[in-house]
Amino acid sequence: MSPVKKDSTLIFERSTPGRRAHGLPELDVPEVPLSTLLPTGMVRGTPPALPEVSELDVVRHYTHLSHRNFSIDEGFYPLGSCTMKYNPKLHEEVARLSGFARLHPYAPDDLAQGALRLLWELGEELSEISGMDTVTFQPAAGAHGEMTGLLLIRAYFEARGEHQRTSIIVPDSAHGTNPATAAMVGYKVLTVRTDPRGNVDLQQLKSLMDDTVAGVMLTNPNTLGLFEEQIDEVSEIIHRYGGQMYMDGANFNAILGVTRPGDQGFDVMHYNLHKTFTTPHGGGGPGAGAVGIKQHLAPYLPTPVVSHADGRYFLDYDRPQSIGKVKAFWGNFGNLVRAYAYVRTLGAEGVRNVAEYAVLHANYVRARLKDTYNVKYDRICKHEFVADGTRQKARNGVTTRDIAKRVLDYGFHAPTVYFPLIVEESIMIEPTETESLDTLEEFIAAMIAIDKEAAENPELVKTAPHTTVVRRLDEVRAARQPDLRWQADR
Amino acid sequence: MRYIPTTPKERDRMLEVIGVRALDDLFADVPASVRLNRVLDLRPALRDAGVIAYLGELAAANGDADRLTCFLGAGAYDHFIPPAVWQLVTRGEFLSAYTPYQAEMMQGELQAGYEYQSMICELLAMDVANASMYDGASAVAEAAVMARDLTQRDRVVISRAVHPEYRQVLATYTKPLGIQLVDVAVEDGRTTADAVRKAVNDRTAAVVLQQPNFFGAIEDVRAIADVAHDAGALLVLASADPLAFGLLAPPGACEVDIFAGEGQAIGNPLNFGGPYLGIIATRQSFVRRMPGRLVGATVDADGKRGYVLTLQTREQHIRREKSTSNICTNEALNALAASVYLSLIGKDGARRVAELSLRKTHYLKERIAAIPGYAITHKGPTFHEFVVRTPRPAAMIAKRLAAEGFLAGMPLGRFYRGMANHLLVCVTESRTKDEMDRFADALARAGGKPRSRGRAMTPSARG
Repeated sequence: MSPVKKDSTLIFERSTPGRRAHGLPELDVPEVPLSTLLPTGMVRGTPPALPEVSELDVVRHYTHLSHRNFSIDEGFYPLGSCTMKYNPKLHEEVARLSGFARLHPYAPDDLAQGALRLLWELGEELSEISGMDTVTFQPAAGAHGEMTGLLLIRAYFEARGEHQRTSIIVPDSAHGTNPATAAMVGYKVLTVRTDPRGNVDLQQLKSLMDDTVAGVMLTNPNTLGLFEEQIDEVSEIIHRYGGQMYMDGANFNAILGVTRPGDQGFDVMHYNLHKTFTTPHGGGGPGAGAVGIKQHLAPYLPTPVVSHADGRYFLDYDRPQSIGKVKAFWGNFGNLVRAYAYVRTLGAEGVRNVAEYAVLHANYVRARLKDTYNVKYDRICKHEFVADGTRQKARNGVTTRDIAKRVLDYGFHAPTVYFPLIVEESIMIEPTETESLDTLEEFIAAMIAIDKEAAENPELVKTAPHTTVVRRLDEVRAARQPDLRWQADR
Repeated sequence: MRYIPTTPKERDRMLEVIGVRALDDLFADVPASVRLNRVLDLRPALRDAGVIAYLGELAAANGDADRLTCFLGAGAYDHFIPPAVWQLVTRGEFLSAYTPYQAEMMQGELQAGYEYQSMICELLAMDVANASMYDGASAVAEAAVMARDLTQRDRVVISRAVHPEYRQVLATYTKPLGIQLVDVAVEDGRTTADAVRKAVNDRTAAVVLQQPNFFGAIEDVRAIADVAHDAGALLVLASADPLAFGLLAPPGACEVDIFAGEGQAIGNPLNFGGPYLGIIATRQSFVRRMPGRLVGATVDADGKRGYVLTLQTREQHIRREKSTSNICTNEALNALAASVYLSLIGKDGARRVAELSLRKTHYLKERIAAIPGYAITHKGPTFHEFVVRTPRPAAMIAKRLAAEGFLAGMPLGRFYRGMANHLLVCVTESRTKDEMDRFADALARAGGKPRSRGRAMTPSARG
């Protein structure tokens, strides 16, 4: 936690009429009356009540706000399912090269050869890492990738005349985006439960699967942090009925270089480049959600597709069976530059090391905490594990929410809580490969100390956090009396 | 191991505590049948300096807007971005933060989000704005779905003067949902109330317009909103450059129900098309049908002002298949850049940026109108873009102009049949009179007899 705790004055409240921060140019062409350029009815009456502040006011305001924030640069984020690893500074430098940052998306192909080559090469690297045949970079984030992937599946079945496939299977442990995406592309969601070992329940999967089902959306390793041990059987069941396998790549970090979704039977997947390939989360975005596919889905890819012939790269728009576009232009290119820099820094060995050490760190924290916190599915995990606060809650009513808030007082971000939904009072911990053993030890010590506090002084935990710039916030009030903006006349 | 701090000694200690012998044992649950029993076939790893050198080489092979003078817009605009914007935005505290679910330790991000929503509402004169969408195109698509949900109707009427890529994305999103799209033709570069009146019926959920439209023309939004409302439909207004509303009548003053636009122009670099940010703003009464994250003000246990993500029961992580959208990750950092930009230009600058763009555009328009062989395609008022009829295919003209150091504009043949000889030209406040004069001269030369040696200058050829 930063020691600097400036107040929460809004930038609007720093406004002084007539003050200016901009250095806009003077008009250097002959001035004509505005009324000759615009009909008066189309001119704005009252100006927007934007802040009237100096440049230094702006710099201080946002610097103060940054001090009231937590980030990877400041401390540890054991945030399950989010892969909050270090974002190398090198990536920021290359992403800001003017040849990338100042390149217009409609620059003709001849003037974008470097950018197109980067996309081409990144596509090759990501295809090899996932065992997929080709990649599109158009989706802006993971959920957008899911939508793109399901649209590809839908187009594939439509082309084959299999219009009867109207539903899709999603495990009960899945991210909320999976069922939400299925609904957005018009599929009905069939939920398959998790078996006692933490795998998809094969018996139920068999009973759900038939030729009215388009396929399954799986996260592997799943959101319990466990590898689907029967992935071969799952693939066999789905494909036997002609279904398609979609992989949610949120947890791809755990298996890089060890096993490839393309070899596990997946037909399409998305990569969260902002997780696995460490493009910064930016406080909630931008992400980048590339989608990898097997060849049979290639005709349906969003247009355009980056292509390469005779030493020249170009955007191929001639895709008559394409699902269309999912985003204007070609994707979140700035993040693709960062992901490319990352892959080239790591190389094959480095990519595999990521998975090995992410998994090592997660298992170490699991081994150290499992005597203190219940771990419902206690076996070797992958990059994350799901503990829970059921013991603490049963003991004296201290909930997982309380524990999470108390973690903030120890200077860490909280783990992911109350997800996956199938684990009561869940606490999902993902340490990532970039944290040192010292940091892991500090976090383990904090979690053990919080358990002790919960036993001896439950009020301390129930009223946490105590060291943050504000105390626990009233979320019910925020939802019941929505105050979503500042207004001038207040 | 770059970026992995664990030493071999530490690794061994950890393995021992876990109770396994080797790293490989941690993957015993991966069936042999799906294991990769070889090393990935990737390009060799580069050292840091090598990465910088190689990416520097790729960057240098591009004709960016520093190397060529940019008269190209068409949905991505070369407005000047004050250096303070990205110096603040890329502070690690913002850049490397996660979504602010743990509100107590994320007050900076949340307050910035609240301020962003407020500034967008001020600029657009709308009631509420969300914390951002992916981009303008997907925002338009989400707005159409929102309109369907609000009206329980399944038909969307859209002007052909809305950005062609927004229309393509809208088609992708709406097709599986069974929403029918109806195109409205454009007359002299603008959408007419008459044409819209003929297209709407009692199944129409929304009429989608763009302001300024794709051709740079200024639409009569109010008149068309009336037509939409008479039919019981909502008016969805797109925009590729909301900075226009520093000068133009804002959506809120034109009876717009949902604004869905692209925020790149507000402080975000061209970035070869992304990341940008989508903006959605609407009426207070529609807030619970909005997609995406919303920041709300509240109080803490001591009654102190604070901010949280709110109305989350609309969202996928709570409502799953019944959510208003599947969106999770948004474009928070780009929205932050928009707020810093709007703070810096302020009340006065918002009008100045728009007015400078408009006046300079008018100057270039008159210059080009006077060049033999060229004409201005549409008669009505335009903002910072306009269509030029070229004496030869516009793509050829653009290629010639590139050789003279200009990004000339967008040849429209790619998007509109019959418009191969039309070029969409953009002028922001950043262009100078001198640049415009040189551009007009270059156009005049390119419009004359074709030169036999005319070829695009590749960046390597510029050396």
